[in-house]
Amino acid sequence: MRVAAPARPSPARTEQIIVFRLCGQLFAVSSASVQEVRGKDSLAGASLEINVPGLRKVRQVLRRGDRSLFIVNASLHFDLPLSQGTLIFVLRKTRTALLVDGIEKMTAMTRLQALPQSFCHEERQWYRGLTAIDQSVIPVVNPEGFLSPEELASLDAAMPPLDILGIEGTEGTELAS
Amino acid sequence: MTVATELELQSFVLLRLGERRFAVAANQIAELVAPSRVFQFPHRTERIEGVILRRGRIVPVCDVAKTLVGKTLIARRLYLVAVRHYGAQTEWVALPVTGECELINSEMTAAGESDAPHVAGWLSHDGDVIEVLNIDAITPGPGEAAAETHAHAVLEARP
Repeated sequence: MRVAAPARPSPARTEQIIVFRLCGQLFAVSSASVQEVRGKDSLAGASLEINVPGLRKVRQVLRRGDRSLFIVNASLHFDLPLSQGTLIFVLRKTRTALLVDGIEKMTAMTRLQALPQSFCHEERQWYRGLTAIDQSVIPVVNPEGFLSPEELASLDAAMPPLDILGIEGTEGTELAS
Repeated sequence: MTVATELELQSFVLLRLGERRFAVAANQIAELVAPSRVFQFPHRTERIEGVILRRGRIVPVCDVAKTLVGKTLIARRLYLVAVRHYGAQTEWVALPVTGECELINSEMTAAGESDAPHVAGWLSHDGDVIEVLNIDAITPGPGEAAAETHAHAVLEARP
């Protein structure tokens, strides 16, 4: 009689993440969803001001060809004390560029736990889930959770005409997907 | 004493919040643990303080004291890790308590229509009448968010 060999544990699937700081708190974002990282100062001449009442978290827009990237101040998005931020993450497949305080480290997560269902408000859009790294729990942000379709529509409506813009941003640090 | 009377007895865990005691059915308790670091991050769900790491699980910490005794209690002795139902799914939720917990056997009187939703029933112990908590009603969940959205929509619809 043949006895089935015990199944070998499959190697844990990992996901590369960027752990970033914001008002003294740590958050993570998948490296694959960050298209580029820019210094805030490098965009000083490439961004325009935008002002939508009730949408304090977006004060600048970056024009990339025929695309507009809205710079979201992450501290205001998360209701944290206002931070001026130093780095901007351009988020892939979104119209969001995220202003954060800095990068803590790049690492890999082996497990993403769904946000417990006790969390039942906007945070369910904000986060993909939670991960434990170095005995700490860090929320992993959802790149599509920073601007709702309604907020994007309001921002688009407030955009200055294209002929006024005519700005091409300089390229930043491209991250491998 | 008849066999039928014995069968009515259920096990409950008595917990203390400040000066008051409450009970939770023992079959809804996963474990009792010493307080550990609460990890906090931005969110908008009231009563949730953060999460703790427990045996590889990330467990939300829900402060029920404000609802039950009218104020937040800073001192905490234990976390009562209870099982919360979300439809067919269950998740753990940690409730901070301020004193020792006690396991008792008692008979529960079902809650009446006038009782608050978080009251599953009542039991009598040591001369006290003690509320038995409905964990699903006293901790937040998707139903609460839907109810708040509905209430908000009703208010907005009013002229």
